[in-house]
Amino acid sequence: MKKAFKSAYLALVLLFLYAPIAVMIALSFNASKSRAVWGGFSLTWYAQLFDSPEIMQALQVTLTVAVLATLVATVIGSLGAIGIHAMKSGRANALINLSYLSMTTPDIATGVSLMLMFVFMKIPLGWGTMLMAHIAFDTPYVLFSVLPKLRQMNPSTYEAALDLGCKPGKALRKVILPQIMPGIVTGALLSFTMSLDDFVISYFTSNTDQNLSMIVYSAARRGIEPTIYALSTLMFLVVLILLVVINKRSSLEDVS
Amino acid sequence: MVQDMRLIELKGISKSFDGTEALSSVDLYIRKCEFITLLGPSGCGKTTMLRIIGGFEFPTTGQVLFEGQDITNVPPYRRRVNTVFQKYALFPHMNVFDNVAFGLTLKEAGELVPESRRARNFVDAWILKLQHRRALKKEIATRVNRMLRLVKMNGYEKRSVDSLSGGQQQRIAIARALINEPEVLLLDEPLGALDLKLRREMQLELKAMQQKLGITFIYVTHDQEEALTMSDTVVVMNNGRIQQIGDPKSIYDEPKNAFVADFIGESNIFDARMIRDYRVAFCGREFECVDAGFGEDQPVDVVVRPEDWALGEAGKGALDGVVESTIFKGVHYEMMIRLDSGEVCKAHSTVMENVGSRVSLSVVPFNIHIMKKMAAEPPSGEAMEA
Repeated sequence: MKKAFKSAYLALVLLFLYAPIAVMIALSFNASKSRAVWGGFSLTWYAQLFDSPEIMQALQVTLTVAVLATLVATVIGSLGAIGIHAMKSGRANALINLSYLSMTTPDIATGVSLMLMFVFMKIPLGWGTMLMAHIAFDTPYVLFSVLPKLRQMNPSTYEAALDLGCKPGKALRKVILPQIMPGIVTGALLSFTMSLDDFVISYFTSNTDQNLSMIVYSAARRGIEPTIYALSTLMFLVVLILLVVINKRSSLEDVS
Repeated sequence: MVQDMRLIELKGISKSFDGTEALSSVDLYIRKCEFITLLGPSGCGKTTMLRIIGGFEFPTTGQVLFEGQDITNVPPYRRRVNTVFQKYALFPHMNVFDNVAFGLTLKEAGELVPESRRARNFVDAWILKLQHRRALKKEIATRVNRMLRLVKMNGYEKRSVDSLSGGQQQRIAIARALINEPEVLLLDEPLGALDLKLRREMQLELKAMQQKLGITFIYVTHDQEEALTMSDTVVVMNNGRIQQIGDPKSIYDEPKNAFVADFIGESNIFDARMIRDYRVAFCGREFECVDAGFGEDQPVDVVVRPEDWALGEAGKGALDGVVESTIFKGVHYEMMIRLDSGEVCKAHSTVMENVGSRVSLSVVPFNIHIMKKMAAEPPSGEAMEA
């Protein structure tokens, strides 16, 4: 009895969480434009999606921003983690807490403040400012994926590399990087995911160029089209797959 | 073997960490082909000294000389010294072969395999390059195999280092450090993580290896037995200072002060008074001794090793006392005896005496070691650092 109640409760929770998404996915395959009538299975909306120049343009913006932001944030975040790891604990903790702060700040505050900064510096809001904003919010994710790997590492391995004849730069490449690589890859995947589905910060930091989330938002204001269901479904699936990959990676690492 | 060749010399080395002094004006020289051990309790500065020789720490003051040249500020990768680290520090992302080969792969290719001849044209240059690369690969494999045979780990090339036991990882760490043919091998408590039996085996093996290769070993340990077993020279350290330097026998037989006597082996240390040359008083009695030159009526410390006491019937020896405890130790019994003068002392004997029985203790003059009183030192500085 108790067990049945437990499962029922869990099912209810999952239903509330995922029913809306399930409805949206179902509607994206609905041949009828109406939300109330099932007109049969169809891929029309998906086809329309790829015919829309506006959406293809947004896809391009989304992907270029996500890829570039991920690359830059991965480099900055990894080097930052190595630097913080080498610091004395007082200063390291200060920097770690500051980075946490930027992760926990509400997106809206981050977005508005970045916008204000760009306006103040007279940088026109567009693709470039969106990229800079994405780099800013991606970096802490890389930092916090790499730091635990550095802490797990035997610090003497770096000294051993120097001892055997490596200069510091080479020791970094041949001994430290391979050991923290799993953390770097996880951080990069997280960054990419965060960039892909960001709306709030992108909305405030770009006027001219729109990413996919911004397209969904503005389309919804004009009256929603089923193509938007198809677009949202695709974005949901991509992010879902990425998150599953990230989770699999970290559970694999915990085992080894 | 050049006996008096000073390979490494430390001159007035001091090192502070955030105001705490880990080493204070240490002077030491290390001869070629010597097996020298830095021995002391944890926090005595022995590891700091090793790290200064390895180039991982730079002294606050003082100089490090290598064959007479100042290497104080030379980075580790330019020193002809290699290290076996405390927790081995093998590279977990490489297999056994790659770990051992690591030092070789960093060398200039021409250093390992000389170019056979000059290239005649660009096709020839390309062929030569391929040949050279193959020869290089072969040379590295030969050298790695030789090293693995030396540490008895041949056949493990493809294994990942995580799959090895502590003792095997230890051997790989030694092979990795020796492959660059260093003049000096630094070993930082390398046997610390091994069980007693394996430790004893490795002690003998390391010693044999050192003699076979004819290179200098600088060995750090807190285990006095290990130090006495393996070393040509033992350096006893405490509180960042060298207490005594000598060969194992002289360190054991003639400790310079109460710290050394206490740290090296078991000993009874008594407050004593030097009455005049060859005459010392302790435990309420005067003894004949073999030491002179301490002055007349001077306070000194006296050391008597537990195995140097001769037990006898009460009243027939130098000192009388009551047996307080008896522990069987295998070869001998260890007894704590309370002397009538109040001191408790430790004695070893192959004959068991019952607890509570009265016995006498005697010692021949040769086994009474007299030492200068130690200058007052802050109590247990190492406990604070540890």
